[in-house]
Amino acid sequence: MASTTTSPARESRDSVVIRFAGDSGDGMQVTGGRFTIETALAGNDLTTFPDYPAEIRAPAGTTYGVSAFQIHFGAVDVMTPGDQVDVLVAMNPAALKVDLKDLRVGGTVVVDLGAFTERNLAKAGFKTNPLEDGSLAQYQVLKLDVTKLTLDAVKESGLHSREAHRCRNMWALGLMLWMYGRDREATVGWLKQKFAGRPELAQANVAALNAGHAYGETAEMSEYGVGYTVRRAPVAAGVYRTVSGTEAIAWGLLAGLRAAGLERMIFAGYPITPASVLLHTLAGLGRYGVITFQAEDEISAIGAAVGAAYAGALGVTSTSGPGMALKTEMLGLAIATELPLVVVNSQRAGPSTGMPTKAEQSDLLQAVHGRNADAPLAVLAAATATDCFDVAIEAVRLATKYMTPVILLSDAFLAHAAEPWRIPDLDRLPRFPVRFRTEPAGFHPFLRDPETLARAWARPGTPGLEHRIGGLEKDYDTGHISYDPENHARMTRARAEKIAGIANDIPLQTVAVGTDHGAVAVVGWGSTYGAIHQAVRRARHDGVDASHIHLRYLSPFPRNLGELLKRFDRVLVPELNNGQLVQLLRATYLVPAEGLNKVQGKPFKVSEIAEAIR
Amino acid sequence: MTVTTITDAELQPKDYASDQEVRWCPGCGDYAILKAVHKAMAEVGARRERTVVVSGIGCAARFPYYMSTYGFHTIHGRAPAIATGIKLANPELDVWVMTGDGDGLSIGGNHMLHVLRRNVDLQIVLFNNEIYGLTKGQYSPTSRRGTKSPSTPRGSVDYPVSACAFALGSGARFVARSVDTLQAHLVGVLQRAHAHRGASFVEVFQNCVVFNDGAFENFTAKDGAADTQLHVEHGKPLIFGARRDRGLRLTPGKLELEVVTLSEGGVTPADLVVHDETNRGLAHLLVALEPPGFPVALGVIYCNPAPSFEALVHAQAGAAGAGRPTPDLAELLMAKEGTWTVR
Ligand SMILES: Cc1ncc(C[n+]2csc(CCOP(=O)(O)OP(=O)(O)O)c2C)c(N)n1
Ligand code: SF4
Ligand SMILES: [Mg+2]
Repeated sequence: MASTTTSPARESRDSVVIRFAGDSGDGMQVTGGRFTIETALAGNDLTTFPDYPAEIRAPAGTTYGVSAFQIHFGAVDVMTPGDQVDVLVAMNPAALKVDLKDLRVGGTVVVDLGAFTERNLAKAGFKTNPLEDGSLAQYQVLKLDVTKLTLDAVKESGLHSREAHRCRNMWALGLMLWMYGRDREATVGWLKQKFAGRPELAQANVAALNAGHAYGETAEMSEYGVGYTVRRAPVAAGVYRTVSGTEAIAWGLLAGLRAAGLERMIFAGYPITPASVLLHTLAGLGRYGVITFQAEDEISAIGAAVGAAYAGALGVTSTSGPGMALKTEMLGLAIATELPLVVVNSQRAGPSTGMPTKAEQSDLLQAVHGRNADAPLAVLAAATATDCFDVAIEAVRLATKYMTPVILLSDAFLAHAAEPWRIPDLDRLPRFPVRFRTEPAGFHPFLRDPETLARAWARPGTPGLEHRIGGLEKDYDTGHISYDPENHARMTRARAEKIAGIANDIPLQTVAVGTDHGAVAVVGWGSTYGAIHQAVRRARHDGVDASHIHLRYLSPFPRNLGELLKRFDRVLVPELNNGQLVQLLRATYLVPAEGLNKVQGKPFKVSEIAEAIR
Repeated sequence: MTVTTITDAELQPKDYASDQEVRWCPGCGDYAILKAVHKAMAEVGARRERTVVVSGIGCAARFPYYMSTYGFHTIHGRAPAIATGIKLANPELDVWVMTGDGDGLSIGGNHMLHVLRRNVDLQIVLFNNEIYGLTKGQYSPTSRRGTKSPSTPRGSVDYPVSACAFALGSGARFVARSVDTLQAHLVGVLQRAHAHRGASFVEVFQNCVVFNDGAFENFTAKDGAADTQLHVEHGKPLIFGARRDRGLRLTPGKLELEVVTLSEGGVTPADLVVHDETNRGLAHLLVALEPPGFPVALGVIYCNPAPSFEALVHAQAGAAGAGRPTPDLAELLMAKEGTWTVR
């Protein structure tokens, strides 16, 4: 865009954390999402973290109606959404109230003056106006009447005041895009497409976006001197896109379906936050061999997936917290009948309904042990949004190769968090074609592969292989019902050995940062990966002999894990729960592991872990 | 196991039996139902490798083990869910659901409701013995008020559910009824259920000799059955009685059926209601008939087909391109806006 004024010189930054915060109706998620795309296109590494309220339409202006979107981007390897916010965009007093505590001292807060009315201040619970009472003294405050500037900018489009008012987020986006020297072409194109049916809306939003940008570009902003550049991150060559954990799981499942050579995936779910998005994502992908089924409850959903597996398809179900509890009995059936199944659990804070939109890692023990009787299965956890792709493929591989349910643990954070992803060469992904049993001679349904101990998968429709299976114990040698005591002991062992044997088919545990011995091993799993990683790096930088060990496989554990842990003086296990992996490690390896636990529905800060390492 | 090479047409009822010893109590009505299912399968030429029998838990639910087809004995109440998954995965399979009154209407009532309303192409046979057999005789949701059982020693106080009324209320498009001891009738009803595309719901009154013996005596006892059973047939007037001289007509001015005797008070066959399987309102009236004032309606009470769930789902998926050679996944990952290239 041509500009008549010269911009002040931009300052350079390695990485920046911006949080867009406003009312649920202010479009903060869209704003953050667009900023993310433009930032990715500018070549930065990034991680995002949307934080939105559980209420769909919380009363406007209240603190519990605040919706926020945080993005951490930089020229360096970015692994977390950032501990502290550098720039807070607060679209109303409630957003300021909720989010100011995360702004670093000296950070910038951009507020919409127009929203700081008596009424809104009262609704947010401010007794005095924070813009005037000196409470923001330690920050740089940009007081801009975004409301008025937006209304002026969109005047020509002839929108109602309500619709015109809703363009404020694009104005704010425009300003932030300017502040970090980002393009806005992609967003302009996106707006035009999104509002193709209502050109006046498209035009107004584009006008607001441009006005916000121009505001920064012109002298009006220069007094604050706040233009920055963030260099491109050094990344491997390839085609990139941003991907959320949910998308990555969806595509990973499709890639797994292909790798297994199966025709069809039946994906069954029952709506629940934050798992529903996976159902939504796959619902549009019928072309790739998936049929989605919104069942009447989580029991029916996993039931349909088990039925599909029996019929020879890939059966997948996905849920969260309370829904996982409902699936327990059917998991037992899948274990007893030894059918392949993938169960995705996007963990959220609990117990019971808990905090539906907040992440936690508190379903680990449930995943590993939470069923009646001795009921082993495989448990995997994804570390990052992009890791979700590989872990989903691995879940399909293990489920089909070992004829077992596999629980894939994700969480509310990974479900929405997004990061840039180098699109893999699909032809180079692993293949693990399923071989259905077709040979009637010598067949019985619990005939095991001598190596994997997996039973034969015989699809209905195959002549000569008609068989009956069920939850009753079966005879090891014939597959018929058996109540024989010795046989039950043998079958219990066989089920356990089959899962334990997976340890021989997965990579040895590696060390993500540091050496394979030393003073402290910081052992994590799941979405805490980035925070632990940075914390360990920081500790090493400060001279602490710390290493980061991150587990993808939680049942069974990699076969060298115990030996590896014993090579450290101290084992620290940060988890977003009250101490679960730490129990498993202590119980399994008799190592004096200690927990570092956080259960606030929020991710770890790097500093929290770094302190505990010291 | 040896490879079977006989063609379907040659299969006899006994060919649908497995080699497993049947373990119901001697005299249990389930034996007769098993026999009727074997017979019906032979009649319709069911292909064993294409047939799947799914059940929940209960005495009735042991059924799959006694079949030579594919079978899945699942968990209590959830067979409809599993059967739905099977049909979604492979609509070509011929799937039966065998369930009990506790399995299908208590713990599994919700799944029953939804499988019926969705109209998944299944034959659902509900063995109604008005008792929990397998758990030793507690009253069930179909037990009549006052049923004395280990858990209701002074008689149950709650009102029972009518299986067929539940099915109709759930939107079932095929509802039929029979009795374990009416072998020929039962075979006929099962054949009709099999022919119907979509969810077919068949309630079979089944005698539990051990815990609820004679529960249906009032209308199944051989002598008197003609007066207590109304065998409905599409297009035929609703007539019953040993002398075929009684019938049902609509009470003038009311939406109600009443029993009339032909040639008494000038009643002629033309006054009687003619059974219309496609009339849902009539079906509701018929399933509500109860002794002693009325005969029990048996046969195909309602049949009004519509496209089945899995057929519609697959048609939609097909329209979206599923089933064609898998499109390139890479396209999906690349296609969306917002990719960029790093060189
Ligand atoms: C989750 C669960 N709860 C309870 C049971 C115990 N149980 C087994 S069968 C049954 C009732 C069966 O009654 P019905 O469905 O009428 O079958 P019937 O035995 O009468 O044929 C119950 C309560 C179970 N197997 N699973
Ligand atoms: S308990 Fe009743 S229903 Fe069960 S097998 Fe015995 S007679 Fe049949
Ligand atoms: Mg019963």
